[in-house]
Amino acid sequence: MSQIPISVTVDGLTYDDEVEPRTLLVHWLRESIGRVGTVVGCDTSSCGACTVLMDGQSVKSCSVLAVQANGHTVTTIQGLAEGEDNWHPVQAAFKECHGLQCGYCTPGMVLASIDLLQNNPDPSEQEIREGLEGNLCRCTGYHNIVKSVQYAANTMAGKDQPAELTGGAR
Amino acid sequence: MIPIAFDYVRPTTIPEAVAALVASGEDGKILAGGQSLMPVLRLRMAAPSVVIDCSEIADLQGVRDDGNSIVIGAGTTHHDVMNSPIVKEHSPLLAMATATVADPAIRHRGTLGGALAHADPAGDLPAVALALDGVLSVTGPNGSRDIAAADFFTDYFTTSMAEDEILVSVTLPKLGAGWGYHYEKFQRTAQGWAIVGVAAAVHRSNGNITAARIGLTNMAPSPVRASSVETALSGADATVKAVGDAAASAADGTRATSDLHAAADYREHLARVITKRAVLTAGGI
Amino acid sequence: MTDTLPDKLETLSPMGRPLRRKEDARLLHGQTNWTDNIQLPGTVYMAILRSPMAHARITHLDVTPALSEPHVVAAYSAKELGDLNGAVPCVWPVTDDMQAPAFPALAVDKVRHVGDCVAVVLATDRNAAYDALDAIEIDYDQLPAVIDLESALQPGATLVHDGADSPGTNECYTYHLPGTGIPYDEAKTKADVVVKRRFINQRLIPAFMEPRAVVASPMGVSNEMTVWSSTQIPHILRVLLALVTGLPENSLRIIAPDVGGGFGGKLQIYREEILAVQIARQLGRPVKWTETRSENMVATHHGRGQVQDIEIAATKNGKLLGMKVNLLADMGAYLQIITPGTPLLGMFMYPGIYKMDAYDFNCIGVFTNKTPTDAYRGAGRPESTYAMERIMDELAAELNMDPMELRKKNWINHEDFPYATIAGLVYDTGNYEAATDKAMEMFDYDSLRAEQQRRRASGDPVQLGIGISTFTEMCGLAPSRTLGALKYVAGGWEHCTIRMLPTGKVELITGTSPHGQGHETAWSQIAADILGVGVDDIEVIHSDTGRAPYGMDTYGSRSLAVGGQAIKKAAERLIEKARVIAAHQLECSVDDLEYVGGAFRVKGDAEKAQPLAAVAFEAFSAHNLPDGVEPTLQAESTVDPQDFSYPHGTHLAAVEVDTETGKTTLRTYVCVDDVGVQVNPMIVEGQVHGGLAQGIAQAMYEGVEYDEDGNLLTASLADYLVPSAADLPSFTTSTTETPSTTNPLGTKGVGEAGTIASTPAIINAIVDALRPMGVTDVQMPASPQRVWRTLQEAKGGNA
Repeated sequence: MSQIPISVTVDGLTYDDEVEPRTLLVHWLRESIGRVGTVVGCDTSSCGACTVLMDGQSVKSCSVLAVQANGHTVTTIQGLAEGEDNWHPVQAAFKECHGLQCGYCTPGMVLASIDLLQNNPDPSEQEIREGLEGNLCRCTGYHNIVKSVQYAANTMAGKDQPAELTGGAR
Repeated sequence: MIPIAFDYVRPTTIPEAVAALVASGEDGKILAGGQSLMPVLRLRMAAPSVVIDCSEIADLQGVRDDGNSIVIGAGTTHHDVMNSPIVKEHSPLLAMATATVADPAIRHRGTLGGALAHADPAGDLPAVALALDGVLSVTGPNGSRDIAAADFFTDYFTTSMAEDEILVSVTLPKLGAGWGYHYEKFQRTAQGWAIVGVAAAVHRSNGNITAARIGLTNMAPSPVRASSVETALSGADATVKAVGDAAASAADGTRATSDLHAAADYREHLARVITKRAVLTAGGI
Repeated sequence: MTDTLPDKLETLSPMGRPLRRKEDARLLHGQTNWTDNIQLPGTVYMAILRSPMAHARITHLDVTPALSEPHVVAAYSAKELGDLNGAVPCVWPVTDDMQAPAFPALAVDKVRHVGDCVAVVLATDRNAAYDALDAIEIDYDQLPAVIDLESALQPGATLVHDGADSPGTNECYTYHLPGTGIPYDEAKTKADVVVKRRFINQRLIPAFMEPRAVVASPMGVSNEMTVWSSTQIPHILRVLLALVTGLPENSLRIIAPDVGGGFGGKLQIYREEILAVQIARQLGRPVKWTETRSENMVATHHGRGQVQDIEIAATKNGKLLGMKVNLLADMGAYLQIITPGTPLLGMFMYPGIYKMDAYDFNCIGVFTNKTPTDAYRGAGRPESTYAMERIMDELAAELNMDPMELRKKNWINHEDFPYATIAGLVYDTGNYEAATDKAMEMFDYDSLRAEQQRRRASGDPVQLGIGISTFTEMCGLAPSRTLGALKYVAGGWEHCTIRMLPTGKVELITGTSPHGQGHETAWSQIAADILGVGVDDIEVIHSDTGRAPYGMDTYGSRSLAVGGQAIKKAAERLIEKARVIAAHQLECSVDDLEYVGGAFRVKGDAEKAQPLAAVAFEAFSAHNLPDGVEPTLQAESTVDPQDFSYPHGTHLAAVEVDTETGKTTLRTYVCVDDVGVQVNPMIVEGQVHGGLAQGIAQAMYEGVEYDEDGNLLTASLADYLVPSAADLPSFTTSTTETPSTTNPLGTKGVGEAGTIASTPAIINAIVDALRPMGVTDVQMPASPQRVWRTLQEAKGGNA
């Protein structure tokens, strides 16, 4: 089958490449340009581990063809922070609230959370839970993921963190 | 899994898309948002020779107010449909049902037209199009035609579109004042498919229900209207008792099937319970 | 030397503090090293042709057409693989006469479950390897599938294993454990009440988020082989791969890089690992295989899968007299690493926290044409706890007693510890009263009971149910002598080496193998506390047999309870060696030194002190060591646990059941767990949360379903319902702290506790909601349909 030229901006860099049409965006990210922070968890777009932002909106990169990303901008977990000390508030919140354990769902969970907060900067617990319904985690029971998103929302809004989110003294 | 290899074209106009579809013979597959197609391809349950990506055809996008109705481009994403001020004002039932489709990331890619043309019996939106007497505009090599929703969904994953036609837009009549709406979805997990869904539009006047439109999801190979409930509700008292009595016939004329998640008799039972709830909520009772 | 002393004599101990995890920075930035990320030059990709049938004879199989496909390098069936078609091992022959059929990596003549490996293709392009599978010629002659456990044991049943050496039955083994008390039948004669129930503990799929993957890289003529695998058990895997493949163990290096969850599902030596190693050896180039989720559902081992016939005898006052357990345990098609032993891990725990006079346990392992079963979070103990806590509620109902009162009447009181149980264990410590009191207060039990009464009285279509689960578990697997007595072939010790580097940094080498548990943080806390160094000065090295050669890996809530002891002992030994050097440097006796705040100090002379880093440098330079003291500052310890530890807890659930639809909504979940001393309470709480979610999922959402032909119906994450955030509530958790006396840190285990306790709490709550309507059990998962149908049947309807 023919190879199709694409040009995609990923985490601030533009990549020109040729791909087989059947190449999934996630496989192209991982295998062609080495952005291995984005991972594959299922075959049925159920788990959300592969979630990235495309033109700023969350998408499951296992359900988008690489050719479809041509001319678009993709943000992965590797493109959120600039350097060690400049974490995205959602990344920082996940660490602060212990919103991850094995970390495999984490890239997708963080990007889905960013998308959620873009659409709803002050979500209720129920809105957070429903907003993350497309991202499965097997380790955390979601309890601390929900707290992480609440914590990030407060950070992004410049609000104080309530005691129940700060997890006690170190 | 990785799809079986295919060729790919990305037309930018509707005629180009139709031409590509015609050229593909029987082996072409339209990709709208790809959210149903991609898992099917990855599981190798389908092997099209060519995938025709319609996601960047400008003429398939957007929502417009057309006087007595609204017109939604088939390629409009679920996210854009449910957030469209026009849809929210004139067809809140569609906005409500669309918000229950899958999850946010999938709603960013999946499209209204794709969901209707895919005609999954468990899909939420066919029942809404049916309940609202939507009209689906399709275009093929011989021109365009309109198909009433009632004539569009013919069987499991099957529509009355010809193989060389594509779905262009969906027209939903504005129901006007006095109508209330609700989509009640019964599922096992939040991102799961509907075991049963009920799309209800209820018109009230002077303490009575004057008209009702009810579409059922997953109660037959394609969406069905709960006609006997609609008839029973017409002119009924706006009371819990009257609605319950009417909803008792919700499973009449359906052809529910049994699968992993529910047996037919349970679906029939759910149709009655959920219809009652949907009508009560839609009618504000 | 001009080393500065620490500012403060007393530093705040890192023990018991909720330190944020060291692991998180890389995980949150996508700077991870999953096995599938590993990309070596010259790699060939392995794709596997799997059986679409549960039971069939292979009548024709020819892989040669695949060789003509683009990019294909090799293709193998069992025939081509020949002697390299290694046998997947089982290390737990539970009885002397256990039926242990051969389990070839690639099926020979017959396939025995959907997903059985039939052939493989190796190609230089991953997609091409998958494409070429279609070119393999294969014909099957389908055989009847063995699905139901009872039918499988009937005379004349189709045999899963019917070779020349077959004993002619699907029975794998029969195991009997008599209790330490009087015979059950004797106890039963004194009973006023005998309650019998059959519970089905359904099959589950571990569904860790990172699918399995393996990369096997041979190092040319040297015969060395490096294997990266997404496994929980790199050390055990190394031994077993050496035994299976015949490769010298000392030429095998196993690395488990970042591993995305396991839950027992990666406590295994898998066919695909053996195939990758053998074929890499054959081809002389790296072989890579990454599991798709579709493969994961059929080829990664399943868990649970038991039919439990439980009988309990009691007096009319609610005093337990005895318990009899008869299990049928689904082995699946083959025995994997501890398939036969998994149900037996539960046999000691059926009596739970209760006192009784008699106990009798019987288990029959049964072969079926399904994916093999093996350990899944809790492994045997969730099943036993489920049965016990369910039947306690049934007994309470029979006696018309409050279910909590019944438990209080029978549990082991805190002053009774250590307590020798009827199943033959000695529980060291526990305080069920304290945990229960705390949980009951947090839950507001009385007002929920009042609300339940109101709803019942008003005939509310939404009924409220309250579920209790008071549990204990044995964890910290395991004392090696006990394992030996149970015929498990290996030991249960754990190892730690601690090495001071010349710059004052510390390497802590552990034999545990974390895959999400946060060992890098917690182990640093334990060592930092003893060594007096900063948590961030410690690098924890693990999961690589080249860098961490000794270990027994991570499973069975063992890593802290066993591995923590080794860390403590190694750190203490290191300080003792350092003390000798420091005394020499400070020109005093070792007895004159105290070790405080990271420095040796001469008692009574604040000026004379030597920081550990300075001692480490002296040990490195070796310019001025005392006579007889060897250079370098390191110490090691290998600890065999003296006994298990026994976490316990009280879990309370309130559910709303919509009687019109059968849908259950979990409204409130409160638990108080006693996991002993906590190194990092934040991590403990996270483990509890995750465990709860999995246990609740078994009760409400998840269950493997096969059709009568053995097709897996729940074959994707769209049909196997792992709950999302929207399907679960937040949890209210707390702890009590009764230190374990079986290890010097006083820790227990926490990884499995939530999973073990929560399942019966949920089902007890659902049954409690519906009991006035005549419901006495709801099978798991308690789907809306199942609850509704159970209600209809209880009402005498014909549904």
